[in-house]
Amino acid sequence: MKQLKTKMAALALCAAAGAVFAGPASAQATLEAVKNRGKVLCGVSPSSAGYSFADDKGVRKGFDSDVCRAISSAVFGSPDKVEFVPLNTNIRFQALQSGEIDVLSRQTTLTFSRDNSLGLDFGPVVFYDGQGLMVSSKLGVKSASELSQAAICLLPGTTTLQNLEDFFKPRGIKYESVVFEDNNEWRNAFFSGRCDVITSDRSDLASVRAVANDPAQFVILPETISKEPLAPVVRQNDSNWRDIVTWSVHALVAAEEYGITQANVDEKAQSKEPEVQRMLGVTGDLGKMLNLDNKWAYNIIKQNGNYGELFERNLGEKTRLGLSRGPNQLWTKGGLLYAPPFR
Amino acid sequence: MASSTSSPLRLLYDVRVRAVLYQVVAVALVIGIGLYLFGNVSRKLAEQNIATGFAYLDRPAGFVISQSFIAYESSDTYARALLVGIFNTIWVSVFAVTLSTILGLIVGIARLSRNPMLSLLALLYVEALRNVPLLLYLFLWYALIVAVFPPAREAWQPLPDVYLSNGGLIVPSLRWSQAHSGVLLAVLAGIILAFVVAGMLRRRRVATGRDQAAWPFVLLALLAPPLLAMLLLQPDLVVNWPQKGRFRITGGVQVTPEFTALLMGLSLSASAGIAEIVRAGILSVGRGQWEAARAVGLRDRQTMRLVVLPQALRVIVPPLTSSYLSTFKNSSLAIAIGYPDLVMVSNTTMNQTGQAIEGIAIFMLVYLGMSITISLFMNWYNARVALVER
Repeated sequence: MKQLKTKMAALALCAAAGAVFAGPASAQATLEAVKNRGKVLCGVSPSSAGYSFADDKGVRKGFDSDVCRAISSAVFGSPDKVEFVPLNTNIRFQALQSGEIDVLSRQTTLTFSRDNSLGLDFGPVVFYDGQGLMVSSKLGVKSASELSQAAICLLPGTTTLQNLEDFFKPRGIKYESVVFEDNNEWRNAFFSGRCDVITSDRSDLASVRAVANDPAQFVILPETISKEPLAPVVRQNDSNWRDIVTWSVHALVAAEEYGITQANVDEKAQSKEPEVQRMLGVTGDLGKMLNLDNKWAYNIIKQNGNYGELFERNLGEKTRLGLSRGPNQLWTKGGLLYAPPFR
Repeated sequence: MASSTSSPLRLLYDVRVRAVLYQVVAVALVIGIGLYLFGNVSRKLAEQNIATGFAYLDRPAGFVISQSFIAYESSDTYARALLVGIFNTIWVSVFAVTLSTILGLIVGIARLSRNPMLSLLALLYVEALRNVPLLLYLFLWYALIVAVFPPAREAWQPLPDVYLSNGGLIVPSLRWSQAHSGVLLAVLAGIILAFVVAGMLRRRRVATGRDQAAWPFVLLALLAPPLLAMLLLQPDLVVNWPQKGRFRITGGVQVTPEFTALLMGLSLSASAGIAEIVRAGILSVGRGQWEAARAVGLRDRQTMRLVVLPQALRVIVPPLTSSYLSTFKNSSLAIAIGYPDLVMVSNTTMNQTGQAIEGIAIFMLVYLGMSITISLFMNWYNARVALVER
């Protein structure tokens, strides 16, 4: 009751406050405001295994949280100057619009209408995901096209519901959708057999399966029914701040491409490669162009690691989620990650 | 003297003038603040390039809603999707209010029973239900339904062609057409007509003193309209039989577990409150009324029905209105257990369009409008049952 009421209240307040008091936040000065405040306000998922969750000591862990830390390293030279603001899907954009957070790093899918009607801008894609469908292996279903008349459990307020319809409607497949506000109810309804199918981003399904009593009982169907490029989001009309977020992500990817890791970054700074030298601030003044310290990218890698390290630590094969890199691999290795040149 | 009273300053000391002035200032302040906020919101939204206005209501919604009383397809507009949500909210609220009133009346009377076992049971019922937040009960009922009943593939069949599973209760239904709706309306008309005829006959009996059997006329009034409608409209009687598919049972009419859990949660919790209201109402009727009723030879049940309850209603109706209003508003908790009410459809809409202010304005307006309607109706009823003083 309390949680739901707070959610509703927060939703209403954010919407109202966001619009009424949004004055100073929209000006061209997010970086200045962040520096004066001494910390980055970063919107994240309240509890999503692998992406953003509080561990048993209350420390935020996860891939999305680490992206926030990378931005903090770039701005302050320390990964700890972040205040995490847990947001549900319903209020995330309002919180950003109203200036309650500086950046949203929260498994948010980049879509045309979000980019163009919300007064927001998206950074580079940090995770290429897609919506999948998971069923009990007892059903013997091999493909999504067999799912006629099935009941499907899903979460509201995301692109999920529309993707489902976009996929099934042209194929003439009718289904029963059961929409849950609460993650636990959603999972339990599926585990207890209320629904035959559970749907969400494939990475999310992996984390649902990870908490099942017997994970082997469930199979994720081969179809990926949508493109879900997840990206950090900032307010429109502040290109300096947007560039900082954008190039912080690029630095993570480029570092992996150049073989720079948390462990060897000092050693690599001595390397003769001009691009590595420029990126790490040994030569040139790339940092100044962003109004940051010249060591911004060095700090990101030194304090957080490169993209691959973030991935393996939070989502990779050795974690509970057990995701393989898939499309989230460097372009040089057949994936989609590609950082523009640092020059 | 004349010059001093006409002075504007002097007027300020006039109590009546001051009272008017205060009200004018207060109203101006409220309107002013409202206008300022509205202007500010519009300006800031425009500055931030955030889409505004209600144009989005005409765009296709693109999502399905699993339960709907009006025809709805994913290609219909957001406005229609919201309408589906409004109907779902009203549907569950009407059931919950009716059920909670009946249950509350029974439990409230049981609470006053001279049988200690019965009154203790009623006490336990009331205390258990009204001291735990409704949301927890919703989770409990939903979890119970989903856990106790088998999955749809292994549905129980208590009767032939009736299926019971955690996918809901499924019974055969008629293939519905406009002719059926016409007959349904005729049934309702018959019920109303029967009441009217019964009232007329009663008044005649009182006026003339002749005892005449009323039931043939009442029965005729009850049955004539539906029979006439059946003859005129001739609805097809095609039964939509449920059939077991690979995953679900298709066909027939389905009562979803989400609806059942919400209905149980709302009506049980509200009935505990209503039981206390009923008890207070009955206790407010003086002992003398009971004794007088007994003295003229009425039995306990007659005393309750003819003497006590009509008087108790005066005390019962005003708090009952509040109870109905909160039941209606509490139905918005549906979102927690997956019943597609107005709030759920609104939330989805707001997320897809990003227009939260408009979305919240719509659902506040709907709740406000519905609540005021309930209040007006209950106030009218209250005026009817109130003690008429001459």
